[in-house]
Amino acid sequence: MNKSINRRDFLKGAGVLAAASALPVSMVELVFADTTQNFSFAYISDAHLQQIKGTKFVNNWDRGLIRAVAETNLLTPKPDFILFGGDLAQLGKKAELDHGAEILSALRGNKVYHVMGEHDYYLDLGQYWETLFGPQYYSFDHKGVHFVVLNSILTYDDWTYKRWPTAEQRMLEMADLDNPNGSPFMVGDKQREWLKQDLAKISKTTPIVVVSHSPLQKIYKNWNFWTDDAEQVQALLRPFNKVTVLYGHVHQIQYNQIGNISFNSVMSTAWPWPYPSTYAQAEQYLPKLTVPMNRADPFFERDATGWQFINMANGNVDMRYNLFSNTSRTVAFNTKTGEPEDTVFQSPDKRIPPQTQY
Amino acid sequence: MKACFSGASTITAISISLAAMATPLGLPPVPIPADNPQSPEKIKLGDKLFHDTRFSSTGQVSCATCHDAKKTFTDSPLPVSRGINKLKGTRNAPTVINAAYFHRLFWDGREPSLEEQSKDPMINPVEMGLPNHEPVLKLVRTDPEYVQAFKTVFGKSGEQLTMEEVKKAIASFERTIVAGNSPFDHYYFGGDKNAMTAAQIRGFKVFMDQGRCVSCHTVEQDQALFTDNRFHNIGIGINQMQKDVPRLAGEFLKAKMQGGDVDKAVLGNPKTSNLGRFAVTDTLDDMGSFKTPTLRNIAMTAPYMHDGSLKTLKEVVVHYNNGGVTRKGDRVNDFLSGGIRPLNLSERQISDLVAFMGH
Repeated sequence: MNKSINRRDFLKGAGVLAAASALPVSMVELVFADTTQNFSFAYISDAHLQQIKGTKFVNNWDRGLIRAVAETNLLTPKPDFILFGGDLAQLGKKAELDHGAEILSALRGNKVYHVMGEHDYYLDLGQYWETLFGPQYYSFDHKGVHFVVLNSILTYDDWTYKRWPTAEQRMLEMADLDNPNGSPFMVGDKQREWLKQDLAKISKTTPIVVVSHSPLQKIYKNWNFWTDDAEQVQALLRPFNKVTVLYGHVHQIQYNQIGNISFNSVMSTAWPWPYPSTYAQAEQYLPKLTVPMNRADPFFERDATGWQFINMANGNVDMRYNLFSNTSRTVAFNTKTGEPEDTVFQSPDKRIPPQTQY
Repeated sequence: MKACFSGASTITAISISLAAMATPLGLPPVPIPADNPQSPEKIKLGDKLFHDTRFSSTGQVSCATCHDAKKTFTDSPLPVSRGINKLKGTRNAPTVINAAYFHRLFWDGREPSLEEQSKDPMINPVEMGLPNHEPVLKLVRTDPEYVQAFKTVFGKSGEQLTMEEVKKAIASFERTIVAGNSPFDHYYFGGDKNAMTAAQIRGFKVFMDQGRCVSCHTVEQDQALFTDNRFHNIGIGINQMQKDVPRLAGEFLKAKMQGGDVDKAVLGNPKTSNLGRFAVTDTLDDMGSFKTPTLRNIAMTAPYMHDGSLKTLKEVVVHYNNGGVTRKGDRVNDFLSGGIRPLNLSERQISDLVAFMGH
C-alpha cells in the first residue's frame, strides 16, 4: 500500500468499508511485507459526555460518540482492537463515566484500550475510571508493534493534592481554559521511570506507538496543549528507529516531527477547538508543519469533527483525515525530509482559504 | 402567476411563457445554465415532452404521471410513486415546483442538474421501463411535430438530435415551474402584516426559533427557498432497519463496485433506498440522509418524507418534536444528523407550526 492510494483503489484492494467513509474514529492499518501480520485498529477520542441532571446528558456529545461507535461497528474487516483516547467524561463523574462505558459497550467484539484524559481524572484522581477500564498506564505488543499507553495529564503534587478545598473545584479548575489557576500536564517521574523500564526490553528496530491524551510536546500553555516534561519523555523514545506519538485532547489536526518522533493528533467526536494561533494574547508554538483546517459551521455539530485512516506501512504514520463537511486531508510521512507533510496544503501558497460564509 | 406557500391557494394557473419568469416575491431569480438558455419555443417543447406517455415501455407513463400539475406536480396521495404496470418504486414523488433552485436532483442528489435528472426515469425498470434511450430518440427524430420543434429550437434533426436536446428542453420547461408570492412572502418580504393569520404568525416564530426548522428550511433576508440544499438523516426510513445497516451497506458497496446501477438499486428495494445519500457518495456521513425539500406548497403534497411514510404535516412536526423518532420512545438512530433533537413544543406550538405551513 502506498500513501498516494486513492479511495476506490483502496476499496478494491482491501475491501474496507470504512475507507470510503467519514467516521469520527480513526482506523489504523499497519502493513507488513508478510501480509498475515497486517492489522488495523480503530481510534475514538474526546467524547466529553456531560451530565446535566439525573439521566439527562448533553445530547450533542452523546450523539457524536454513539455515531462513532455505530460507524466503528461497520468497519470491514473488523479492527483488531479499539483505542479510546481519553476525555470520555466532561467532569469526571461516575454517572458520566458509566454513561460512556454503556455507549462504548455497543462496540461489537474486540478489546477496547483506554487512555486517561484530564476530564476523566481530576474529580477522584482516576479511581472510578480504573475500576471501569483498568490501569492508567500500560503497554502491550501487537503483531510486532510495541504500544505504550501513558497517562500524560498528571501535574504537580502541590496543585493536585494541596490547593483545592473540594475535588469538584479541582476538576473545574482543570477543565477551564486560559485559567491562571491551572497547571500544565506532565507524565511525571514515576511513570517516566516505568516507561524507561518498559522500553529497556524492546529492540530498537521495533516500531513504537505511544498513545497519550496530551501532546507530549509543548504547543500552547493556556489551553493545556502542553506536556511539561515532554523533553524527558522524548529522550526516552529517542533511541528507537520508528516512533509515533498519537494524541487526542486538541480536537484538531496537528502534526509535527521532533527528531525521530512523529506526532499526529486525532479528532474529537464532540467539538472542534480553534487553533492557538487565533488567540494572539499569549505565546503559542503550534508546530510549523501544521496547516490549520477550516473551521466549522456551528449548526452541523459533526462539522470539523472527523476520523483518520492511518497507514503505517513504513513504520511511520500516514494520516488520512476524513472530515465531515470539510476537505479531506492527507498528512503523510515524507521519507526524504523525515517529517510529516500535508500532501496538498503544505506549501504556503497552497494553504486552504477560509471557508465561505453563507 | 399565482403561487403560494399557503394551502388555500394553488399554483395550477402557471402560464408557460417568458413573462412567467419574472421573479415572484420571495424568490431569487431562477438560475439558468449558460448552455441552456430559456426560450418560449423550448419551454413549449419541454412541456410536450414532459407529458408524452410514449416515452414509457407501456405507452402509459409520462413525467407528468408522477409530477401532475393538478396535484402540485406530485402524485399525491400516493406514498411512493407508481410507474409502468403499476409497479411501485420506493420514493415519494417530489414536486417539480422550485426544483429549478435545487443544487442536486432526486431525494439522494444522485444527479447534478434538471437536465441530467430528466433522462433517468425513462430507463428505470419501475418507472418508465425503457431498455435504453433509443425509443425516445426514434420518436423525437420521426414524429413530425417533434422534428419541427427540435429544428426550430436547437436547429438539429436526424442523427444530430440526441438526448442532450431532449434533456435540455425538459429542464427548460421545469425551470418555469416556480412558486413564490405567497401570503408568507407578502407578510415577510412585502411588509403586509395582515397577510398571515395570527396562528400562522405564531407558527412562523416557532419555525424560526424553538422549532429549529429554519436551520435546514432556509429563510434569508430577501428570499426564502425553504431548503438548504443539503442532506440530513432525520430518522425516517433508516429507523426501521438499523440492525440491517452493516450488512446492507457492505452488500451495496460491493455490488456498486462490481458495476451495479445506483438508480435501479435504490428504486428497486426499499431497504437499499433507505441508505439515502450514502448510496451515492459511499460516505458514512451520508448514511440515511436525504435532501431537504422545499416547503413551498407543502400542504398540497401529502404524504411526506422520501418514503411517504408520514401522512400529515402534524405527523411530520411530531416526528421532529420527538427528536427524530415518529413514535415517542422509539430508539433514535445512530446516524441521526446533529441538528435533530427533541424540541419540547407544546400542542399549541405544533398546531401553529402546521398552520404556518398552510392549513
